[in-house]
Amino acid sequence: MSFLIDSSIMVTSQVLFFGFGWLFFMRKLFKDYEVRQYVVQVIFSVTFAFSCTMFELIIFEILGVLNSSSRYFHWKLNLCVILLILVFMVPFYIGYFVVSNIRLLHRQKLLFACVLWLTFMYFFWKLGDPFPILSPKHGILSIEQLISRVGVIGVTLMALLSGFGAVNCPYTYMSYFLRNVTEADILALERRLLQTMDMIVSKKKRIAVAHRTMFQRGEVHNKPTGFWGMIKSVTTSVGGSENLALIQQEVDALEELSQQLFLETADLHATKERIEYSRTFQGKYFNFLGYFFSIYCVWKIFMATINIVFDRVGKTDPVTRGIEITVNYLGIQFDVKFWSQHISFILVGIIIVTSIRGLLITLTKFFYAISSSKSSNVIVLLLAQIMGMYFVSSVLLIRMSMPLEYRTIITEVLGELQFNFYHRWFDVIFLVSALSSILFLYLAHKQAPEKHMAL
Amino acid sequence: MAALDRVKVLVLGDSGVGKSSLVHLLCHNQVLGNPSWTVGCSVDVRIHDYKEGTPEEKTYYIELWDVGGSVGSATSVKSTRAVFYNLLNGIILVHDLTNKKSSQNLYRWSLEALNRDVAPTGVLVTNGDYDREQFADNQIPLLVIGTKLDQIPEAKRNEVLTRTAFLAEDFNAEEINLDCTNPRYLAAGSSNAVKLSRFFDKVIEKRYFLKDGNHQIPGFSERKRFGGGALKSLHYD
Repeated sequence: MSFLIDSSIMVTSQVLFFGFGWLFFMRKLFKDYEVRQYVVQVIFSVTFAFSCTMFELIIFEILGVLNSSSRYFHWKLNLCVILLILVFMVPFYIGYFVVSNIRLLHRQKLLFACVLWLTFMYFFWKLGDPFPILSPKHGILSIEQLISRVGVIGVTLMALLSGFGAVNCPYTYMSYFLRNVTEADILALERRLLQTMDMIVSKKKRIAVAHRTMFQRGEVHNKPTGFWGMIKSVTTSVGGSENLALIQQEVDALEELSQQLFLETADLHATKERIEYSRTFQGKYFNFLGYFFSIYCVWKIFMATINIVFDRVGKTDPVTRGIEITVNYLGIQFDVKFWSQHISFILVGIIIVTSIRGLLITLTKFFYAISSSKSSNVIVLLLAQIMGMYFVSSVLLIRMSMPLEYRTIITEVLGELQFNFYHRWFDVIFLVSALSSILFLYLAHKQAPEKHMAL
Repeated sequence: MAALDRVKVLVLGDSGVGKSSLVHLLCHNQVLGNPSWTVGCSVDVRIHDYKEGTPEEKTYYIELWDVGGSVGSATSVKSTRAVFYNLLNGIILVHDLTNKKSSQNLYRWSLEALNRDVAPTGVLVTNGDYDREQFADNQIPLLVIGTKLDQIPEAKRNEVLTRTAFLAEDFNAEEINLDCTNPRYLAAGSSNAVKLSRFFDKVIEKRYFLKDGNHQIPGFSERKRFGGGALKSLHYD
């Protein structure tokens, strides 16, 4: 009886998450496109719903809601479904939509989609070889095999995003890094841009007029082809067409210049807007947060280095350690069990919510930047795949932040994975990503004022 | 020959609707072989015979300014784009017949371009709602072009064409529906070519042959300044 109640609660929450994913897709991701293939929207929402359900189960685990056996059952069920989606459905549909975009292969869409999927499976399987992620006693087609590989990809993604985010966040928040941009700078640059456009226009006019006179005189205006054509072009008005080719080259160069100038102007406008924003209250608040986050970022890099250098894996989670410190060193006595449960609930809850929100925002920005009307379906499915893998690996890594009594269910459900490997791998990639982002931002920041001075 | 007079026409629309292909077709009578994303603004020139076939025939340059981007961009991007909206004489609004959202976004595009003179910082003063009166009084000629006609199956064509007819009526503009990869839609003598010619003639007329001889094209700003009177503006440059 209680199993039915628990299941109905789980199903209701899944439907809610599905609805949220659907709305997000419609309102945010696809707001400039028309949804013609509803399959894409359904897959995206389903992936989102099942990923969120996993987080929900963790929270239920901490709070002790629902029957323990039904929780275990739903964990297994959820995991199977998510793996099915991430390894079978989404890659297949990605292959299918990629093939639909290529006109040549239209007839045999399904066949080529299957071929692509088999290639994906091959590389996916090969991924597990160089990593010591499994104990050898498990069979070929078990959950552990699939999860371990999904975990590797997901953890790499998490660490990359995390490293870049940790460095980029203080860089964007703090106004210390804002270059000084005045109205005069912008006007000067805009004037240059319009001058370049005018030059392009006048050259194009000359080309257009030349073409028209040639057309009216009844001459051929494509390039002379063949042997006789070449000989003929030597004697007839070769001066005109050579001149045109030269002007066309100048036009191409000017167009490149105008694109550069346009991007620089857009950059200056954006910086000016940020300067104005930093003068408001919100801006000042974010500036303060930026200082705080930069300290946090430095600390994380430091800890990652220590972990790698000293080959250390943290045994206890922050909650228990914090409680230990307060009890032993500060002498404050309180009900350890009660508080550890609530504090870990809050901590884990915050981690989950911020990571979901952060990922959705990053995905949206990415989608706007690179999608076009042809490739929107493929890109959304790729994003759904990334999102699913990201959330699965979050579950893997979140195990570290929970006290021992709550870790058991994850260990039980996910089987015998080498969790320590994943944490080490996360630290390595995080370090690499953070350091290269620092280098990259430093170079970009250095280069911009120089360009600016050259005006 | 560079002494020909010129007019400036903006080509606006969402990204991916086919503005670059359209401009190439209009200027070179050839199909664009490898369309790629437009960064910033690309300009092309078409030579047009005003009042062709009559004694008053005169040749003009028509500059087609193809401005790219998304209508929902950040304010800073909009103010960067606004530098191209100076001194415009006509607007071609391009939408994709297979994508309803691109047609809906045309209202916001036209408001962005026509409101440019009101607030020089590029911030839109109106709340973006469509106001039919504004378009009725607008002095800048508009033309609505729908692309990718070949991708609409025959069965749905009527429905799509009725919808676009309403759209063009809202803008008080003519409309042309075509496929940018097929030059026969704009073949000389076809009704589309006639509509295009008429549109360019109207743009040139408004620019050079206004009744009281001044050169300023009143956009929305003039109407607001003079309290919505139906008079054309009387001030000089």
